[in-house]
Amino acid sequence: MRRLLFLAPVVVFVAVLIGFFAGLGRDPTLLPSTMIDKPVPAFSLPPVRPEAQGFATTDLGGEPALVNFYASWCAACRIEHPFLMRLRSQGVTLHGVDWKDEREAGFKWLADRGDPYVRVGHDGSGRTGIDMGVSAVPETFVVDKRGRVRYRHVGAITAEVWEQKLGPMMEKLRAEL
Amino acid sequence: MSAEVGQFALILALLLALVQAVAPLWGAHRGDGVLMAVGRQAALLQAVFVSVAFGCLAYAFVTCDFSVSLVAQHSNTAQPAPYRFAATWGSHEGSMLLWVLILALCGGVLGAFGGTLRETLQARVLGVQGMIAASFHGFLLFTSNPFLRLDPAPLEGMELNPLLQDPGLVMHPPVLYAGYVGFSVAFCFAVAALIEGRVDAAWARWVRPWVLAAWIPLTLGITLGSAWAYYELGWGGWWFWDPVENASLMPWLLGTALLHSALVLERRGALVSWTILLCILTFSLSLVGTFLVRSGILTSVHAFAVDPKRGVYVLGIIALTTGLSLALYGWRAPAIRSGALFQPVSREGGITLNNLFLTALCATVFLGTFSPVFIEMLNKDKISVGPPYYARTFAPLAIPLLALVVFGPLLNWKRDDWRAVMKRARVPAAMAAAAIVLGLAFNGLKGVVTAAGLGLAAWLIVGSALILVRRWWAGRAYLARSIRTTPRSIVGLTLAHAGLGLLTLGITGVTAWESDKVLSMREGDTVAFAGRTLTLTAFETVQGPNYQAREARFTVKGQGAPYVLSSQKRFYPTAQSQTTEAGIKVTPLGNLYVSVGEESPTGVVVRLWNHPLIVWIWIGGFLMGAGGAVSLSDRRLRLGAATKVVPVSAQPAPAE
Repeated sequence: MRRLLFLAPVVVFVAVLIGFFAGLGRDPTLLPSTMIDKPVPAFSLPPVRPEAQGFATTDLGGEPALVNFYASWCAACRIEHPFLMRLRSQGVTLHGVDWKDEREAGFKWLADRGDPYVRVGHDGSGRTGIDMGVSAVPETFVVDKRGRVRYRHVGAITAEVWEQKLGPMMEKLRAEL
Repeated sequence: MSAEVGQFALILALLLALVQAVAPLWGAHRGDGVLMAVGRQAALLQAVFVSVAFGCLAYAFVTCDFSVSLVAQHSNTAQPAPYRFAATWGSHEGSMLLWVLILALCGGVLGAFGGTLRETLQARVLGVQGMIAASFHGFLLFTSNPFLRLDPAPLEGMELNPLLQDPGLVMHPPVLYAGYVGFSVAFCFAVAALIEGRVDAAWARWVRPWVLAAWIPLTLGITLGSAWAYYELGWGGWWFWDPVENASLMPWLLGTALLHSALVLERRGALVSWTILLCILTFSLSLVGTFLVRSGILTSVHAFAVDPKRGVYVLGIIALTTGLSLALYGWRAPAIRSGALFQPVSREGGITLNNLFLTALCATVFLGTFSPVFIEMLNKDKISVGPPYYARTFAPLAIPLLALVVFGPLLNWKRDDWRAVMKRARVPAAMAAAAIVLGLAFNGLKGVVTAAGLGLAAWLIVGSALILVRRWWAGRAYLARSIRTTPRSIVGLTLAHAGLGLLTLGITGVTAWESDKVLSMREGDTVAFAGRTLTLTAFETVQGPNYQAREARFTVKGQGAPYVLSSQKRFYPTAQSQTTEAGIKVTPLGNLYVSVGEESPTGVVVRLWNHPLIVWIWIGGFLMGAGGAVSLSDRRLRLGAATKVVPVSAQPAPAE
């Protein structure tokens, strides 16, 4: 029995090692390829702003839109936020999901810094983010007129990202039928 | 020329490492003194050749030899000279060379000064060390050769990642690596002890200074890294629970546990097989820390070089090193006799508790860092673990541990009476209670957590200082002499534990009272923030040696004399990237942190942070490192000071 105890570390290590080798091939920045060009997975999130509407799959479609995942604990979201405000002022349709966060904190965030979103939903359990394949916040999805995911951006949206990637993409989607 | 010399030196080092891996182990097994001596020479020569290789690469960097591919990719004539030198370890290949350099130097020191050890033990330690060195020389030569030539050579090189062009970061990798690699020595001792099947006092006396010598730079390296992230990334935070940060925290937590358990082993001959296990695990986590971030298994803002092919090689090395040593542990450790027994209430008991908490903390961080990998493997879900996870798991374990720290040095070895211990702890307890009351008075009941944090900080600082004060008070008749004769290890202990208190103070302050504001400003605009007024007096373009910057200058009034604070957004044309230089006014009571962002027609985005007490986080970290250094200079720990070899394990002390 005592001998088995001494063997426990190596057994645990082998299990961990198998996990590492299996994880070696994955690229966490890639969206699962099944998501691109597929409809956004169904969700219906409660509101972050008290007495406002929540955010659901049915709010998407019609116009191309950005769906931005944020959290009050996320440092890079602070960097991103002023630029989101600018996008809002330019009339870009931007929805928000407050991910793995306290609802009050997510609301305070919007109250303190300004609210760039048309609709904001609260995803406290992180389930919707997981369905969408979010690996870390901030993360932003481009959704087309028919409610399909067309692109995923990992990390903060900066002026460069907008001008080179997301802006032209939105332009193109607006022209689509 | 230098690249070829370096390449050749590295190949020789690999061959020498292979000799070092075989000869002394065989020699120790056969009792052949000549073979064991060969091992010592190989270790010394290897240190020389790796130093030559490193010198060659550094020379190529400083002289801008762009025919070396690595130099062309990471250096540039416009880069200031110190950064050209620092670029030597600014890339994956270069940093690996630095890693093996430190490893080879450790080997050289063992070969040169290990004479006071039993000859077979020294030979076995060197043999294990040679195996590690050989596998990393191979890694370097076969997957990440730093000396590859480029033909034709470009006239101008690319540039070192601008984020890395910073004095803090010039120091950060060497210091951190010294810590990671330093733990390899303890690992080699552990494996050698398992091969020999015995642990004696000489073993313990050698391992502890090496553990301490690795722990000090690791502590300093993490502190430096945290400070660098604070002022360079422009995010206004000091710890992000990023996988790379976690990777350095894990060996630190286990290394701290090892530091304490090795003390028990040295003084009392107890916790033998546990200490050996910690030696193995700490170095394994160091390997994980250095390499896993390069394998593509995890993403992180820090992942500078990701290549799955290298990942396979590195995982292979980790699999062999850790796997074989743990298997050896499972086979041999049950036979190693453990020494003295102790009562639950005793210093040994306290340190055991400390070890349990530190190991649990390390496990939390490990799960937080790697569970996304495992969960994705099991059910294809992608999950991410954020700060809320650590707030719920790490903090509840760290707080009782911090509360226990003060008791440790107050406890007697072997056995103690807890009523007497409580009596000894009454002064810090009173101070802690006062701090809690004061905190509650200022913050009301909503600030319970803050008040508790302040209480904990007071408890730690007063409790640690008390160790010295009580000692000096007892010898107050001869104060000068009693100060002079206080062992440095006790001074070091006081400093390190008090540093932990300052760290707690800083974390509490910044968590409780941090405030921030984001706004758009034009020249001449004034904003009121955290009891001060800031005026944007100038916003203009300035030219640096290898960058252009938009610099915002603010005049800050209120809370003392007015001063100017400036923040820059730098653009590095060669690297085509931007960095933010935050403007920070550092004071003991708190930092004012200003960083500029995007420009728009309505002005420039300015972020303001008020970080009360934050500077104590890093002062605390450095003080812990300094405490370690003072302790290391203690006569008792000096290498070779003790030459008498008394096997502890041979004579188990009576239980009582």
